[in-house]
Amino acid sequence: MIINHPLLGPRDSAEFVYLGDASLIDRPDPNAEDRDVAFHDYAYLRDNPAGEHRELWFHEGGDRSWLVVTRNTVTHEISNVALARDVARARGRSK
Amino acid sequence: MRYSGFNVIKQALTGHKGWTPAWRDPEPKRHYDIVIIGGGGHGLATAHYLSKVYGQANVAVIEKGWIGGGNVGRNTTIIRSNYLLDGNEPFYEFSLKLWEGLEQDVNYNAMVSQRGIMNLIHSDAQRDAFIRRGNAMILNGADAELLSEQQIREEYPFLNFNDARFPIKGGLAQRRGGTVRHDAVAWGYARAADSRGVDIIQNCEVTGFRIENGRCLGIETSKGFIGAGKVGCAVAGNSGRLMAKAGMRLPIESHVLQAFVSEGLKPVLPGVITFGAGHFYVSQSDKGGLVFGGDLDGYNSYAQRGNLPVVEDVCEGGMAIMPMIGRARLLRMWGGIMDMSMDGSPIIDRTHIDGLYFNGGWCYGGFKATPASGYAFAHLLANDEPHETATAYRFDRFRTGHMIDEKGMGNQPNLH
Ligand SMILES: Cc1cc2nc3c(=O)[nH]c(=O)nc-3n(C[C@H](O)[C@H](O)[C@H](O)COP(=O)(O)OP(=O)(O)OC[C@H]3O[C@@H](n4cnc5c(N)ncnc54)[C@H](O)[C@@H]3O)c2cc1C
Repeated sequence: MIINHPLLGPRDSAEFVYLGDASLIDRPDPNAEDRDVAFHDYAYLRDNPAGEHRELWFHEGGDRSWLVVTRNTVTHEISNVALARDVARARGRSK
Repeated sequence: MRYSGFNVIKQALTGHKGWTPAWRDPEPKRHYDIVIIGGGGHGLATAHYLSKVYGQANVAVIEKGWIGGGNVGRNTTIIRSNYLLDGNEPFYEFSLKLWEGLEQDVNYNAMVSQRGIMNLIHSDAQRDAFIRRGNAMILNGADAELLSEQQIREEYPFLNFNDARFPIKGGLAQRRGGTVRHDAVAWGYARAADSRGVDIIQNCEVTGFRIENGRCLGIETSKGFIGAGKVGCAVAGNSGRLMAKAGMRLPIESHVLQAFVSEGLKPVLPGVITFGAGHFYVSQSDKGGLVFGGDLDGYNSYAQRGNLPVVEDVCEGGMAIMPMIGRARLLRMWGGIMDMSMDGSPIIDRTHIDGLYFNGGWCYGGFKATPASGYAFAHLLANDEPHETATAYRFDRFRTGHMIDEKGMGNQPNLH
């Protein structure tokens, strides 16, 4: 698989380390009433879809940036790549 | 018809005209006491033990393709019970004991071959860890044997003893481990269950569950609605996809694992060998092919094929311990979809929906588990109580902190 890095252009996926579902960006509120349940679900439960999947890849063998890659889990086709930083900021995170 | 030496000779003398199909091809009834989704090893084993041990014969196995087309027919056929943790080892040892009696139990030649498995040791720390594992195995009634470097040299003279980076310092052997003809396991269980009245329904995809007031009443399929007193799901790599239809999210990710077979060679490998410093394992099939594999590709996948970086990594592992493998040509490679759980261990449990039961999270070690998984799932379905060897395989262990993490990797499924 070739990942089209937003800054570096097309790179071999072997340069990256895979973390998992991009929903890991959305950490639950540690002060909320239901934090135990929320953190359990956050840490352990996954949608695991067959089809389009947004996921976190770390460019360990490159610029060490985190990317959000949109990839089809049935065909392995990659349709979108964004810097995780930009995705997180757009979702209201400070960094 | 019973399979026996007598029948083989009788059929040979009468032109082989008397063989009958190994199982029927029935249309689904409108209602069963128990419906099992997934005609892989685990689903078929469940049906067998339900009908044989638990007296339940009004049972159907619903398979979307053909039985044996999933992981049960795609794995590298290794059986063993060399686990460390309490939640696992008794279960896998129970499974190994069931393997030892399987062929008589189901009257089918599954080519169960206890040719042994040997895990190589490459450092002093690894030896300590393997001694501990061997002791845990022996405490649970399994067999384990520590081999010195000298013994390895005698038994496996073709290994690479000149590798300065990963020197071979010994091995942990389980002589009762080995390999089994994988498709024959599916066929043998199917035939045995069918003979006791279980309906095996192929080419029938489950498309949804009928759930009313928190109770599962049956399944929607490509052949219409099938009512059921209880529904057991055993669809391995498709677990996430199937249980989503019941509104459930699982502690599971689906990942692709590849396997490789070389051209047929004369017998060169005495048993199963695993590399302890990288991820590589190899055995030789009875047809002569070297059967080997290594790591997952590492990303979520429902495609039954992987990518080239893992091919390279597996071949490097092979060359590191067994340079002669470089002379063999690769004949075939393929992938299967693994239900990788968050702690690397399986789940055999009720769900929060009445009448709906789940069996999955087998990662890449579920073939060896087939008999015990079927037995334990049948026990759960029949009695609503976990089997004594499977009490730890609960959904709520992630909530209560009772994870069974053999590798100590945490909630990172692609590392288990
Ligand atoms: C390359 C590879 C190597 C492996 N090596 C080993 C090994 O050496 N030792 C070991 O112990 N384990 C090994 N495994 C793991 C082992 O194969 C699996 O853990 C085990 O086979 C899973 O259980 P199963 O046989 O029931 O799965 P499967 O055979 O996959 O059965 C699940 C069935 O469910 C069906 N299904 C899915 N969705 C639906 C639906 N909606 N409706 C109806 N039916 C459905 C599928 O078609 C499939 O037939 C390996 C796996 C792979 C891929």
